[in-house]
Amino acid sequence: MDELLPRLPFADWIDTGVDWLVDTFGTVLDGFAEVLEGIVEGSVDLLNLVPSILLAFIFALIAGVISTRKIAFFSLIGLLFIDYLGYWYPMLQMLTLVLTSVIFALVIGIPIGILSSQKAGVRKVVNPILDLMQTMPAFVYLIPAIFFFNIGVVPGVVASVIFAMPPTIRLTMLGIQQVPKDLIEATEAFGATTWQRLFKTQIPLAKPTIMAGVNQSIMLSLSMVVIASMVGAPGLGEEVYRSVTQLKTGVGVETGLSIVIVAIILDRITQYAGNRKKKLGGNTL
Amino acid sequence: MSEEYINKKIIVKGATKIFGKSSGRAIQMLNEGKTKGEILKATGATVGVKQVSFDVNEGEIFVIMGLSGSGKSTLVRLLNRLIDPTMGQILLDGKDIVQMNKEQLRDVRRKKIGMVFQNFALFPHKTIVENTEYGLEIQGVSKKERNEKAIESLRLVGLAGYEDQYPKQLSGGMQQRVGLARALANNPDILLMDEAFSALDPLIRKDMQNELLQLHHDMKKTIIFITHDLDEALRIGDRIALMKDGEIVQIGSPEEILMSPSNEYVERFVEDVDLSKVLTAGHIMKKADTVKVDRGPRVALRLMQQLGISSIYVVDNANRLLGAVTAQDTVEAIESEKSLSDVIISDLPMVSPDTVLTELFDVVSTASIPVAVINEEQKLQGIIIRGALIGALSGDNKFINTDGTMDSTEQPITEVV
Ligand SMILES: Nc1ncnc2c1ncn2[C@@H]1O[C@H](COP(=O)(O)OP(=O)(O)OP(=O)(O)O)[C@@H](O)[C@H]1O
Ligand SMILES: [Mg+2]
Repeated sequence: MDELLPRLPFADWIDTGVDWLVDTFGTVLDGFAEVLEGIVEGSVDLLNLVPSILLAFIFALIAGVISTRKIAFFSLIGLLFIDYLGYWYPMLQMLTLVLTSVIFALVIGIPIGILSSQKAGVRKVVNPILDLMQTMPAFVYLIPAIFFFNIGVVPGVVASVIFAMPPTIRLTMLGIQQVPKDLIEATEAFGATTWQRLFKTQIPLAKPTIMAGVNQSIMLSLSMVVIASMVGAPGLGEEVYRSVTQLKTGVGVETGLSIVIVAIILDRITQYAGNRKKKLGGNTL
Repeated sequence: MSEEYINKKIIVKGATKIFGKSSGRAIQMLNEGKTKGEILKATGATVGVKQVSFDVNEGEIFVIMGLSGSGKSTLVRLLNRLIDPTMGQILLDGKDIVQMNKEQLRDVRRKKIGMVFQNFALFPHKTIVENTEYGLEIQGVSKKERNEKAIESLRLVGLAGYEDQYPKQLSGGMQQRVGLARALANNPDILLMDEAFSALDPLIRKDMQNELLQLHHDMKKTIIFITHDLDEALRIGDRIALMKDGEIVQIGSPEEILMSPSNEYVERFVEDVDLSKVLTAGHIMKKADTVKVDRGPRVALRLMQQLGISSIYVVDNANRLLGAVTAQDTVEAIESEKSLSDVIISDLPMVSPDTVLTELFDVVSTASIPVAVINEEQKLQGIIIRGALIGALSGDNKFINTDGTMDSTEQPITEVV
């Protein structure tokens, strides 16, 4: 069949583009990859120096300080259970990967969210990109990640940063825009600068919404760990992936359960941190 | 009053605000004298405020009143440029804020103008004292100093002791006090209040009006007060501007608005006013027939006979009210060679000139002789006759003194001998 329109070689163009990027920024990217890998692996090693039971207590203590005793208690039991199952080290690897990704996602995402909340122009660019990112299947992010960073922990982190970022951007933007108009008017009537309006009023009031975004980003990053293991990111995800490919149902359930425990702990702590203010009558949003 | 130099705090000249895109065409149509409706139809642009000019004297309470959508909020926001005017000049202390750059404008907002909002607009994440400190905080005033000023400001509005609560924990009336305290803490010359009391229930509202009047009396701020409630406007306004479709249709004292509405619109607005709550004893009092106490009973009797009345008020030489005497008692006094002060009835019904009619009913209906109106110095101002009270309530203007006092040429002293 003769085609009326010539088929445009989109795939070729993208490949060429990526190749050009790799050629041009290769050294920079390599340097970045090395630093990132150093940070992640260094952190894992450092954490692993601490005896697992002691570390479980420390984590529980942190949970208790941020949130409630109940959540702290659950964290302790959950972590000790993972240790008992023998997945302590992969759990540390996963946790480090997740937290590193989330920190990057927040460091990049929150400023983008703030900026887009202020400028309609930025919003017009950012919104469609976010729509695209959120409809894209997760493992698509792995492909460019591999191109730029080969395999291992770095493409895993990069893919999960990209995957986890949209909710943080969106909810930061939303939270700031949701601040009631009369409060904004009050800041202006009293002669506040843009900066003062943002940091003394909008961001503090948007905090619960921003925290909901952070919570979602953490959850997305966790959901990425299994996928990231396909490009060689180590951790609990890798164990799940292996058990699936080797049809080891028992191991699959154990490792899956461990991921769920970590997910619940992180979820509860961040949810609590986001809602805490409400009790003081501190928020209307 | 007229020779006293009055400082114009705010002068607005031809201020116009058009919302929407095709403001160029809208301006053109405006100059052609087209109405708000015609302009909206033709261009899609809304005329918020239309070529408004007025000025506000230093220290006065200037009320802007009008129905919903008449442009009150837009107009008041032009005064601190929360909304930029499309055209016109707005002079604060002689300086045109429309020409100011961002920094100058910010400085005016920080130092010169305070604002109080309809729905309070308190920051929910800040305590009451932190809310009150807000204006000073963004000016970079030290923690200690702004805290002192905020606490003082809260004390002024009667909220001492609530410093560490959050807005949510306070009632509506208290929240608006915080709104007021926040505006006062900066010590601005001008206060803008956009329907500041409209969200409050009627009793609290009245308290707030009284307190505002008290604060105004003590602090002498220039206040621009927006309301859609005529009763409120009449209660607190030194002058009232009535708006319709973005234009000011009449400016005047409460009495002027009430007694001589300049057109049908104002008349309709004013029609529903409960006159009994607005009119005061001063509005309906008539001049009193009096006799000085040292003239003696014979003069008093003669006066009563001449005037055809059965009792007369007795005053001292400074026109202070001493009481009244009846014709019958006076005859007895003459027969038994007594003086007027021996037969005087000093236990008289008395009211002050600003007593509203609702409060007059009881006094007037139980009194056997006309009720005396006296000022703070006990001087007799006039009397209330039952017929005048009823006549005024029925809206008959001939029973009403337009300026709330009687003309000075009509001094209530009758010395016919
Ligand atoms: N931001 C805006 N964009 C477009 N039109 C506006 C805007 N703000 C006000 N208007 C229009 O301008 C006119 C005056 O509105 P404004 O809010 O000043 O009235 P108001 O007298 O304060 O009414 P209310 O008593 O309801 O508060 C209305 O027709 C309104 O629809
Ligand atoms: Mg309004």
